[in-house]
This record gives sequence, structure tokens and C-alpha cells, in this order.
Amino acid sequence: MKKQMKLGLGVLLSSMMAVAHAQDVKVGMITTLSGGGAHLGVDVRDGFMLAIEQSGKTNIEVLVRDDAQRPDLANSLSSELVDRENVDVMTGLIWSNLAMAVVPSLTRQGMFYLSPNAGPSDLAGRLCHENYFNIAWQNDALHEAMGQYVRDQGFEKPFILAPNYPAGTDALTGFKRYYDGELANEIYTQLGQEDYAAEISQIRASGADSVFYFLPGGMGISFMNQYANSGTDIPVFGPAFSFDEVIVGALGAAAEGVMNTSQWAHDLDNATNRAFVAAFREKHGRTPTLYASQGYDTAKLLISALEVAHPKQDADAFREALRAANFESTRGEFRFGSNHHPIQNVYVRQIVADGAGGYTNQLVGTAMENHQDVYVDNCQL
Amino acid sequence: MTVALIIEQILNGIQLGTMLFLMASGLTLVFGVMGLINLAHGSFYMAGAFVTAIVAATTGSFWIGLLVGTLAAAAIGVVIEFTIIRRLYDRDHLDQVLATFALILIFSEGTYMIFGSSPMFLSIPQELRGSVNLPLDISYSKYRLAIIGMGIVVAVGLYLLISKTRLGMRIRAGENDREMIGALGVDIKTLYTLVFALGAGLAGLAGSTIGALQSVRVGMGEPVLIMAFVVIVIGGIGSIKGALVGAVLVGVVDTMGRVFLPMTLSNFLPASQAMSIGSSISAMLIYIMMAAILAFKPNGLFGSK
Repeated sequence: MKKQMKLGLGVLLSSMMAVAHAQDVKVGMITTLSGGGAHLGVDVRDGFMLAIEQSGKTNIEVLVRDDAQRPDLANSLSSELVDRENVDVMTGLIWSNLAMAVVPSLTRQGMFYLSPNAGPSDLAGRLCHENYFNIAWQNDALHEAMGQYVRDQGFEKPFILAPNYPAGTDALTGFKRYYDGELANEIYTQLGQEDYAAEISQIRASGADSVFYFLPGGMGISFMNQYANSGTDIPVFGPAFSFDEVIVGALGAAAEGVMNTSQWAHDLDNATNRAFVAAFREKHGRTPTLYASQGYDTAKLLISALEVAHPKQDADAFREALRAANFESTRGEFRFGSNHHPIQNVYVRQIVADGAGGYTNQLVGTAMENHQDVYVDNCQL
Repeated sequence: MTVALIIEQILNGIQLGTMLFLMASGLTLVFGVMGLINLAHGSFYMAGAFVTAIVAATTGSFWIGLLVGTLAAAAIGVVIEFTIIRRLYDRDHLDQVLATFALILIFSEGTYMIFGSSPMFLSIPQELRGSVNLPLDISYSKYRLAIIGMGIVVAVGLYLLISKTRLGMRIRAGENDREMIGALGVDIKTLYTLVFALGAGLAGLAGSTIGALQSVRVGMGEPVLIMAFVVIVIGGIGSIKGALVGAVLVGVVDTMGRVFLPMTLSNFLPASQAMSIGSSISAMLIYIMMAAILAFKPNGLFGSK
């Protein structure tokens, strides 16, 4: 009897140990779920969770927190997740200023961080870290590709504009890195500006043959709306941030014909992507944005590395598995450069009528093949 | 830089000024007559825009939306005045600021809970799309031109209301001496409610018309509110004439500064530097102007006291 109990206890104990050995993983996700930039965070989260669900892995627990786009809140949430919840991996941040406030201290503590969106230049260069992986892009990538595309299409006098803040100046610098011709003008607008009458008049008076703009969120909606209604017909180019499916839906006919660069498109033709888009539409009743694809790829990469090792038990093996990027990406082939940022194609999409009364992005070509950021040279990895 | 560009920018400035006038006139009336600082004025602007967007989407007519939106903002104004603002007239300005700031938060969060964070879409009516050709080779947006026209109509209407009607006489009397007009048997409570509703309606009208140009979203009223305060401080608090002159002045200076300051600076500095310095200074320009005007006329251009 006693022996039996001992045996029973032993079996129980060992089975509990086996559960622990099945390697429970806690993932901390800090993202933006409220405020003006909420649709980016919502899509990253929904894409990420879709991949986790599809994998059928019950040992991965995702703790989601809303940073409301505030760096101070993101910082305290990050301490909470790391110190109290004891998470094994962190991910989720949307905005570069929040990433700069949170990520360096995380990686310094030995925590792994997988970026599904923000890719500030410092984290790709000077401050790159062996535990930091960016699955989306370095911030300049889409602007650089558009610079290249506008030049390749034979435009000779683009008018370029962006808000007067770091990501805005980076955008125009990125554009000019690959567009080396003459500019009609280069202007910086105020952050949060809603009325672009003065800028549109300037565009018309400048004799430009094309317009490139980076105005995220509500600014872009206002600009494009007013631009289309002003009767100006100079072709418009921009990064996908200004023309994701949500923004295109809000703009309606005003955005028809606009070209934009993206590392992903919902009609990109590969098996993984077709399955992803179909599953996402089925579950959420909307077409995924590029942010959803980034969240999805981030989770797929994480799952692929967890197959090999647990981040807390064998960090080196886990890191090697991440670096190998052995997963099926919605972008087709996926690989990292030496600074853990993707080397990838950037595509061009055009906004067209979808035949059901709405508008959507349609893939029309490739702007740049195997694009890599320029900051890799400053990275010591 | 051509003559056409300069004239276009002046028109843009006047159009911005028109919108600011709609906001500032309500703000300055409420302050002048009731002595109330109303930070929640921008919430009426947002409310008008949201109602217009919803009604325009369901009925398919922008004009019905505009009418309903303006009336709805005025109606919300009546309700808010009746329930909350009425209790604040005898309090000092700090209490008023606190209470109306709380109203901003309640309105914003409430709207966010109902409509979510993604902006709503309100499109310009079909008949005002595109642009018209003016002399001197200028082509200008029909809708913006219509906004300027509407501003002129509202300004004339307000002038007639204040100077020619019995209600206007009471408003002027209320501005001069609140206790006396009450003692003379005028129903001061109804007068206050009417003035507040008028201000809220004008803000709603501004929000509805601008909503079609920009995006209809939570928090759209606050940037305009700040500029409207600059306008009434420049114009002189309580003065409708001051609000009109101040609004056009702020609109034109802001627009011209944004365009021509970077252009001028680029004669001395490298282009990208000139652009970023120029746009930073132009963002400050209206505040610098306000400080300069207050240095010479501490009560504003048309301030009485």
C-alpha cells in the first residue's frame, strides 16, 4: 500500500515534471490597441494569434498588453511582464519611439525581442543586439524602394513631403537614397496637421511630375482626400503605411490609382500566403493588412525556433534557430541579414476597385529585389 | 513663386480663418456674456462632425447631414448647459476649466467607446467636388470657396442678430452688466441657454464642414480649439468683430508662414535644413503674433475692458 502510494506519487511527480518539460513558453506582447494607431496593433495581434492557433501548440501562452502608444506605459508594462510574469520572449511594439524606449534595456537583460513592426535605424546599426530580431523591415525600406521605383519609372521631378519628426525625415532621406535625380520640392509639414490646402497649392505650382508622401494615420487620409478633391491629377506614390487596407477603405475612390511599396501583398502568390489570407478573412471578416502578415510571420518564426530549443534553457540554440529563419513566411522565402533584419523583395501595389463597391491593393510588380538596409555596416554582430 | 500661388494661399488662409471664426465666435460669446471659459467647445465640433457623417452615410445626402449635425451639436449644447454648465457661472475660472476639461475627456472616451478609433469617412457633396477657374490662371477648390461663402453669410447673420434683434440687444446688455439685466426682468437663464446653444451649433457647423475635408475622428476638436483661443485672445475676449478679424489674421498668417517662411529661408540655408527650421518656426508663428499683439494691446485688438 505504502509502496503503491509512493509509486503513485512518483508517477504524479514525474508526469508533472514532464509537463514542465514540455516547455511552457510565455510570450509577452506589448502593442497599441487603443488611440489613433490602434488598427496596426490589432492586426499584429490578430495575425500573431492566428499563427499560434493554427500551430495547435497549447504550451504557448501569450500575454497581450495595450501601450496606448505611450512610451512610459510601454516601459512599465515591459517591467511587469519581465519581472512579475516571467515571460520568455517579448514582441509586439508598433512605434519606433516606443521600441527605442523599451527594447535596448530588454535585450541587455538577455531577453529575446522579436519586432513585428518598428525598425528604427539605431537598432539595425549602432545598437544592434544578438537577441533582437526584426521580422518586418528596417523603417527606411519601403521609402527606399519607392525612390528606386519612381526613378525606374522615369519620373524626373517628384514633389516629396512628410511630417517634421524623426520618422518623417528618415522617410524622405530613405527616398532620396535611391532617387538621385532632381526634386520639384521637399517639404516638411506639422505633425498632426489636418489641412493640406497650402501644400496642395504648392504641388500644383511646382510643376512636379509625381508626388511622394509619407503621412501616417489620419494625416494621410486628410491629405489624400483633399488632394483628390482639388482636381490635381499628378500621380501619387507612397509607402504601404499610408495605404493599408483600413486606410484604403476609409479613402474610397479618392485613392484609386495610387502606387505604394510593400514587402507583402494580400495577393502575393505563394501557398502560405493564400492560406493565411483565407484563414484571416474567415476568422475576422476583413482583408489582412501588412501588419497582420508581420504578426503572423513573427509567430511562425517563434514557433519554428521553439521546436529547437527553449529561450531560457538553451538561449544559444534558440538564437541560432531564429537566425536560421526556418519557417514558411507569407512573403515566400525569408532570410535575415547579419544584423537580424530581413533581406527581402519590396513589391509595388496599386489601389484598384475590388468589384464589390470597395477598393483594395493589387500587386503590380517588384520595386527592389533582395533589399537590405544600409545600417548593417554599423552593426558589430 | 507666382502671383497665382500667392493669391491661392491667401484664399487658403481666409478659408482657414472662416472655420476659426465659426469656432471663435461661439467661444467669445459664451465668455463675453456668461463669463465662462469653455474648453469643451471642441467637443461640439467633434459631435457635429460625427452626426453629419452618420446621417450623410444613412441618407446619402451631405446637406441633410450638415443640417442635422449642426442642430444636434446645438441640442447637445442645450443639454450640457442645462445639466452641467449652469452650475459653473458663479464659480471661478479654475473650476470652469476643470469641469469643462472633464467634459472633453468624457466626450472623447464616450465617442471612442461608441465609434472606435478608426476615422469615419465623410465625403464632399458631388456638386462641390473639383475646382473652379478664377481669373489670373488660378484654379481653386469649389468646396473651399463655398466654405468662405458660408463664413461670410454666418458673419453677416451674426452681425444682424446682435445689432438688430431683441435677442441681440439682450446679449449685448448681458455682456455689459449681468446683474442689471436680470434685475430688469429679462429671463437670464433662457438667454444663457440660447447663447450657449448658438455657440455649440456654430462649432458643430464648423466640425461638419471640415469633417468632409479632413477625417472625422476622436480628438479632432482639440487642435482647432487651441487656435480658436488664440483668435479670441488676439481679437479681444467677448468681441464678435474681434473674433472675425482675429480669425482671418490667424488663418492668413499661419498659411502664409507655412509656405513662404521655408521658401525665404532656403535663400540662406541648405534646402532640407531650411525646410525643417522653416516649418518649425511657422508652427510657432501665430503664438509669436499673439504675444506681439498683447504687448501693445493687452486686451486684444477689440477688447473692451
